[in-house]
Amino acid sequence: MFRAALRLSVSGARSLTRSRPQYTASVAARSYSHGKQETDEEFDARWVTYFSKPDIDAWELRKGMNTLIGYDLVPEPKILEAALRACRRLNDLASAIRILEAVKDKSGPHKEIYPYVLQELQPTLNELGIPTPEELGIDKA
Amino acid sequence: MLASRALVRGLQSGFWRRVSTSSAAWVAHTHDVDVVDCSVPQYNNRLDTPLPDVPFVRNLSVEQKKLKENEKGSWTQLTKEEKLALYRLTHELSYAEMRQGSKEWMTVLGGVFIFLGFTGLLVWWQRVYVYGDVPHTLSQESVAQQTQRMIDMRVNPVHGFSNKWDYEKKQWK
Repeated sequence: MFRAALRLSVSGARSLTRSRPQYTASVAARSYSHGKQETDEEFDARWVTYFSKPDIDAWELRKGMNTLIGYDLVPEPKILEAALRACRRLNDLASAIRILEAVKDKSGPHKEIYPYVLQELQPTLNELGIPTPEELGIDKA
Repeated sequence: MLASRALVRGLQSGFWRRVSTSSAAWVAHTHDVDVVDCSVPQYNNRLDTPLPDVPFVRNLSVEQKKLKENEKGSWTQLTKEEKLALYRLTHELSYAEMRQGSKEWMTVLGGVFIFLGFTGLLVWWQRVYVYGDVPHTLSQESVAQQTQRMIDMRVNPVHGFSNKWDYEKKQWK
């Protein structure tokens, strides 16, 4: 009983130290007590590969995006760029705009994240012709 | 007994059937409610699900289909209104609209207070018109007599009641 309590308290303390304020992708939400932790770069690379699949289908895009938004992090611009290009391959402009909205919503009180992400994505947005939600006026209800 | 069974049968066929499946009720039941097939994926507005399972508008009109065709080409060719139209085809509410909230709470709170106030009126009326007189032992003089008796009896003389009465000066401390 005490060992279980100790194990719980250790993992609790560990997650406290791990929650350093981070702006973009942090480690994945798995807490192993042993084994290798996935680094931020590996996490990002995995998701970029997922969205970069040339013949990605609409379901995979939705599933990937909904899962990614479910994590406790704001995705890196490179992941988002891959997702936007996937939207382009699927001829889905609405999803591309929705992804940008979701990123802004995901940043919550950290208002500086969204402008940074837009700044990083600007070349892609211009190239593909994706408007920002602000340009369309849907950022205000 | 046979008569009562016939009576029940008659009620079932005549009165209850009319009440339960009257034509007006039937029409309201089947026509006002949109049939939602819960066995297939549905559209939903959720902050945590940016890309819903199905688009909001399923049955496209001719212009909407044409717009969808244009979507397959370069998006730089589309006007802002077309891009907005494409967004609204797939999504009912934007994130800002989802987060909006309403003023309904004011209505709810107001309604609660109105009903509390009305209840207060009922309680007051009941107190005045239903309840009888209180017992005479609650009158001023009765209470004075009671208190004097408690002092004479030395009720709670150490820390409580009689402790607060000064027996020499015959007054409260």
